[in-house]
Amino acid sequence: MKKVAVECIHIGLAYGKNQVLKDITLRIEPGEFFALLGPSGSGKSTLLRLIAGFNQHNQGRLLVDGRDITGVPPHARNIGMVFQNYALWPHLTVFDNVAFGLVERRLPRAEIKRRVEEALALVDLADYALRRPHQLSGGQQQRVALARTIVIEPQVLLLDEPLSNLDKKLREQMRQELLRLQRQLGITTIFVTHDQEEAMTTADRMAVLDAGVLQQVGTPAELFDHPANAFVAGFVGTANLLRGAIEARNGELVFIADGVGDLKLPASVQAPAPGRATLSFRPHTTVLEPREQAIGAADDGRTIWLEGKIVSAEFLGEFTRYRVRAGSAELTADQPHRAGQLTLVPGTLVRMGIEATQTRFLKS
Amino acid sequence: MGKGWGIALANPIPTLPLRGREVARSPIEHSILSTVAAPTLSRGVLGTWLRTRYGAGWGTLAVAAGVTGFLLLLLLIPVGTVFVTAFRDADGAFTLGHFGSFFRISLMREAFANSFYVAAVSVAIASLVAVPLAYITVRFEFSGAALIQTLGILPLIMPPFVGAVAMQLIFGRNGSVNLLLDEYFGFTLPLMQGLTGVIFVESLHYFPFILMNLTVALRAIDGAMEEAALNLGAKGWRLARRIVLPLAAPGYIAGAALVFIKVFDDLGTPLVLGQTNLLAPQAYLRITQVGLEDPIGYVIGVILIGFSILALWLSIRVMKGKEYSTLQKGGTGIARRRLKRGEAAVAYAGIALVLAVVLSPHLGLLILSFARVWSFSVLPDAWTLAHYATVFGDSAHMIKNTLLYCGLAGLIDVAIGIAIAYLMLRTRLPARQWLDFVATAAIAVPGLVLAIGYLRTFQHLHVAGVPVTQTWVLIMLALAVRRMPYALRSCVAALQQINVNLEEAAEMLGATRWRTVRRVVIPLMAGGILAGFVSSFITAAVELSATLLLTVRESQAPMSYGIYLYMQSVAGRGPGAALGVLAVAIVALGTYLSHRLVAQADAIARNAR
Repeated sequence: MKKVAVECIHIGLAYGKNQVLKDITLRIEPGEFFALLGPSGSGKSTLLRLIAGFNQHNQGRLLVDGRDITGVPPHARNIGMVFQNYALWPHLTVFDNVAFGLVERRLPRAEIKRRVEEALALVDLADYALRRPHQLSGGQQQRVALARTIVIEPQVLLLDEPLSNLDKKLREQMRQELLRLQRQLGITTIFVTHDQEEAMTTADRMAVLDAGVLQQVGTPAELFDHPANAFVAGFVGTANLLRGAIEARNGELVFIADGVGDLKLPASVQAPAPGRATLSFRPHTTVLEPREQAIGAADDGRTIWLEGKIVSAEFLGEFTRYRVRAGSAELTADQPHRAGQLTLVPGTLVRMGIEATQTRFLKS
Repeated sequence: MGKGWGIALANPIPTLPLRGREVARSPIEHSILSTVAAPTLSRGVLGTWLRTRYGAGWGTLAVAAGVTGFLLLLLLIPVGTVFVTAFRDADGAFTLGHFGSFFRISLMREAFANSFYVAAVSVAIASLVAVPLAYITVRFEFSGAALIQTLGILPLIMPPFVGAVAMQLIFGRNGSVNLLLDEYFGFTLPLMQGLTGVIFVESLHYFPFILMNLTVALRAIDGAMEEAALNLGAKGWRLARRIVLPLAAPGYIAGAALVFIKVFDDLGTPLVLGQTNLLAPQAYLRITQVGLEDPIGYVIGVILIGFSILALWLSIRVMKGKEYSTLQKGGTGIARRRLKRGEAAVAYAGIALVLAVVLSPHLGLLILSFARVWSFSVLPDAWTLAHYATVFGDSAHMIKNTLLYCGLAGLIDVAIGIAIAYLMLRTRLPARQWLDFVATAAIAVPGLVLAIGYLRTFQHLHVAGVPVTQTWVLIMLALAVRRMPYALRSCVAALQQINVNLEEAAEMLGATRWRTVRRVVIPLMAGGILAGFVSSFITAAVELSATLLLTVRESQAPMSYGIYLYMQSVAGRGPGAALGVLAVAIVALGTYLSHRLVAQADAIARNAR
């Protein structure tokens, strides 16, 4: 099967003055499993529906396999979509639901039968062909929706929040099955989700959207390790953000965090030129020490230190999540847990060390 | 579940052969071809712009144009003509003079006052019957509730003008009831005298509108509203007066407004009862006897429409604020309690009395249809089947006409209904809500006024040498326009319940819009469409006002017109009643059918959301 690329080139969509998508430029490689991640209202579903042809962009071009499909009606696109609520037709049996697209393509009856049966076998629903959708469980309905879509051998597979209607355990299982099926068929697949864990665990690459603007594109690790801005840092994983300004003082760089104080930056920090900046770091790249025990907390050139007070502690098993108040900022620090280790009680005065190489400065 | 699937996937069975032997007709090729070809095909720049901007293609646009044309030609222009004629003098200039002359004629002033009086008193009496019944069904747990539900339908299956004659035989000066009263108690009740007779027949016929609307409104009240009031110390009559009744008031007003305009516009009942000093009969007489040029008929038309619009506007206005009382999902309605034995006895007695009166026209009609002679006696002196023989012999064409006109009208109605529902809910065409609004507004146009409009608008139009106003086609179209709102609401409700994803899924799989409508939308709407067809059909079958004006030859007459004709003479009463029984049977069957269909459609729709 030919694997195709999907390209959005300066795509914009506005309803009147309401700009839903702004200048989206994005290339999804052939055969890629690509996630569109964003909060609700970010425009991710709109972009997906635009690729399917249910929404039409006002600006830019949409290329599939190098051809501009702007203005091509949905039925002529051969782009398959699995809907969030599955959208199975209640008046048709499972078999007829799956056969629908093949009937539209005027295939011979025998071939339709064969291919529907194959598709149902692929999703392990061969015995359910004569049932009605409402006689199936949620997971089964999802698989019928998937079979109905892949049976037409679409050039691109679109999944709109495909797992959101399933319970947690089934969701994790389906995630793996979906991935394996996609690998097996090799269809370029784009899926929309608001769940960053879902995106990170399945996607080859992902794009983060917010307020109709593309924030960043990359592999899950790239986005996690090198977020382009505060939004991405906070949306992909958890991040502590400190606003402030970088200043050069006696040949050393100091970060003056608003409402917190001066933080000496070790040489290992990749700091930009002096000026306004936002310091970002992940909760698990920190260490906490009660202040009275702070003995070896000398400058080792690898840690940024600040002082604070424990506000709360959540024991999560693998680690304990502390909220630490430092000046006017409240920071999160995850500390790995071992049996026998005591939890710091709220009110404890602590020193918080941040691993310098793990910090990122974001543009303010 | 996932386990089985995992196994299927783990076995690398050669599924979906993408480079199999059928490569030549592989859908991928097919679609790539169409992907390339599509933009250069018929679509073009304008087509793409249409799709992008309005979510509609050329075909959709053509449908919109067709519907607009239909509404313009058969609703807006004829009604507009009535208005224009009412406000234009001989030179074509604007004038209020015709209204001036209308109010200078004492007969007209009297007709106006009479119509208002009859409509208002009918509402009052219908309320006296309906309000307690509605309250009892919702507030109390007792088996009589089902009986009340039946009460709500029985009167509606018989058009009032059909029942009027039977009512005269039962409640008239020399009717069964008064003969009995006179014999045993020495007094009589002048129930059917003059306007009182019209009021009696109308309020008995239309009280179900108040009963049904009010019952729905009372049922929709969230129990929490009542509990909160109880919690704050209100109970009994004060609770009812301050919380329950105000919350249900919009439902009551909607029902009452409907009763008011139905009575105000009714032509058949007063004519059958010989009461012509009301507005609708006056307009009818003016047009048929003075002629199409007489402006007074048009002035009355404008007044009738004016009151209709006012009443509808009022009911829409009060219904707008009704969401606040709507029952939330998972909530419970207002508290119910069991009737005490004494209360139950009173309730059942009341229901029995209402039921007896409500059933009397049905019973009277049935008796009349089998009676050889029935006059000055409690029951007929002798029985016969001859009337039915007469009807099937002489009037078979009327039954056929009714089936033909109403069948076609129903088909047109659902076609328009589907089209408007689709345009409104599935496209972004500008002013699409106006199609819905205009088509629904047909409900405010009395049949009489529509017919006058048709006669005036099409008076010089000939098709193939035949004047259009002389053909049955116009009767059928008038019926279609009048009953359009019923089918439309039914279609809109059906389409609203279908999740749009179900259609998008079809388009994504390669179905064009038209194919999607055929394979997905219409099958899913089928129940609603059928229910719409049936309700259009049965209400058209007993329509009399437009029919009365537009029927020019006996051979064109549908059943309702036939019943009216027969009822004009004493000798014709028997066959008229027989024809009436048939009409009632058709309507009853249709009503039952549409209830079944609606229930079925709901079941399907629940899965289509």
